[in-house]
Amino acid sequence: MNAHFEYLLRIGDSTLILGQRLAEWCGHGPALEEDIALANIALDLVGQSRLILTHAGAVEGQGRDEDQLAFLRAEHQFRNATLVELPNGDFGHTMLKSFLFCTFLRELWAALERSTDAGLAAIAAKSSKEARYHVEHAGDWVIRLGDGTAESHGRMQRSLDDLWSYTTELFAANPTDEAVRHSGIGVGWSSLQPGWEVAVGRVLNEATLVVPAPSAFLSRGKFGVHSEHMGHLLAEMQYLQRAYPGATW
Amino acid sequence: MQTLSEADAWRVLDGVPDPEIPMISVCELGIVREVRVGTDGVAVVVTPTYSGCPATEMIAESIRAALKSAGAGGVSIETRLAPPWTTDWIDPAAARRLLACGIVPPGPREDAAAHPIRITPRALTCPRCGSTHTVRLAQFGSTACKALWRCEDCREPFEYFKPL
Repeated sequence: MNAHFEYLLRIGDSTLILGQRLAEWCGHGPALEEDIALANIALDLVGQSRLILTHAGAVEGQGRDEDQLAFLRAEHQFRNATLVELPNGDFGHTMLKSFLFCTFLRELWAALERSTDAGLAAIAAKSSKEARYHVEHAGDWVIRLGDGTAESHGRMQRSLDDLWSYTTELFAANPTDEAVRHSGIGVGWSSLQPGWEVAVGRVLNEATLVVPAPSAFLSRGKFGVHSEHMGHLLAEMQYLQRAYPGATW
Repeated sequence: MQTLSEADAWRVLDGVPDPEIPMISVCELGIVREVRVGTDGVAVVVTPTYSGCPATEMIAESIRAALKSAGAGGVSIETRLAPPWTTDWIDPAAARRLLACGIVPPGPREDAAAHPIRITPRALTCPRCGSTHTVRLAQFGSTACKALWRCEDCREPFEYFKPL
C-alpha cells in the first residue's frame, strides 16, 4: 500500500470509527443535552472522515470514493487506531476514550496544517478548530467524573486502566510514518507524544486520576490487525451498502 | 440564456437564509466566498462551516434553487476548504440581529496557545435580561455551532454562537 494513501486512511478511518461509536449514544445519552452533544461531535468526526477519505481515494487513483472506502472495505483493510473501535462502556468510559483520542487528533491536525499536501493541510486547518471543542467537551466530563463521587471516580480510574495501554499504539514508529515525514506530507505520530502527554496529563491530574504504569502490550489496529470488536462494528456500519449495493436516499 | 449580472447574483444570494439560523443569510454568515458569472451560468464558491454541519447540502440546494428562479442559466457550486470558515466572517449587522433573536453572537476567538483548554467557560450576558449570572448547560446545543446556556436570574435558556 502506498504510504501517502495508508497515512490518510489511518486518519480518516480513526475519525470514522470514533464517529460511529459516538453515534451509538444517539437516543441513549444520560441527558438530552449530552445526547445532542455526542451526535454533533460524531457528525463532525464523520464529516472530517468524508473529507479525508475522498482525498485518500484521489491519492490512491483507483477511482474509489468516500463511500466505497467506508462501506466496502473489509476489517483488515481498515487502518484506524484500536482505541477508537473499543466498545463504549459507560458514559464516563466513552468520555475518557474520546478525550484521549480527540486530544491526539488536536495535536495531529495542528501539525498537519503545515503538510506539503495542500489538500490535507486544508482539511487539517479546518478540523483543528473543531477538535478544540471536542477536547473541551470530553475533558470537562473527565474532570467532573474523575473528581466527582467515590463511585464516579472509581469507574473513571478503572476506565483509564482499561484504555491506557491502547494509547501506546498511537505513537508506535513505523515505515509509513517515516516515508510521509520524509516527503513532508505528514508527521511521525511518535513526535506528537510529548505534547499529547502534557495535554492529557494536565486534565487527568485535575481529575485526580492516576496514569497506569506502562505495559508491553501493543495493539495494532493502525497496521490492519484489529480487536474482536471491529468486525461487529463494521457489520452494523456497512450493512446497508452490503445488502443494497449503491443504495442512496 | 444568462441574464444575471454578478451584482444580481449576490443580491439573490443575500436573500437565501441559513436553514438552521434563518434570521441571517448565507452571505451574512460569510460562507459565500466568490461568485462568478459566465456565459453558461453562475458559479458560487462556498466554504463549509463545521465538517459535520448537516445543513451544508441543504444550503447548496437553496442557492441553486434561488439563482435558477432568478434567471440563472446554470448554477455550479464549488466547495473551498482553505482558508477555513471562521465566525469572524459573520456580518456585524447580522450578529446584532442574532442577539435580538436571543442568540449571543460569537465573541473573539481565543488564542489556542494562551488557553490550551478551557474547562470553566467565561460568563456571558443574558440576551433577554442583561444579567451576567449565566451558566453553560451544554457545549453543543441545537446545532453544532451553538452552545446552550441558561440565565440564573430570569431563568430563560439562550444560545451562544461559539467562536470558531
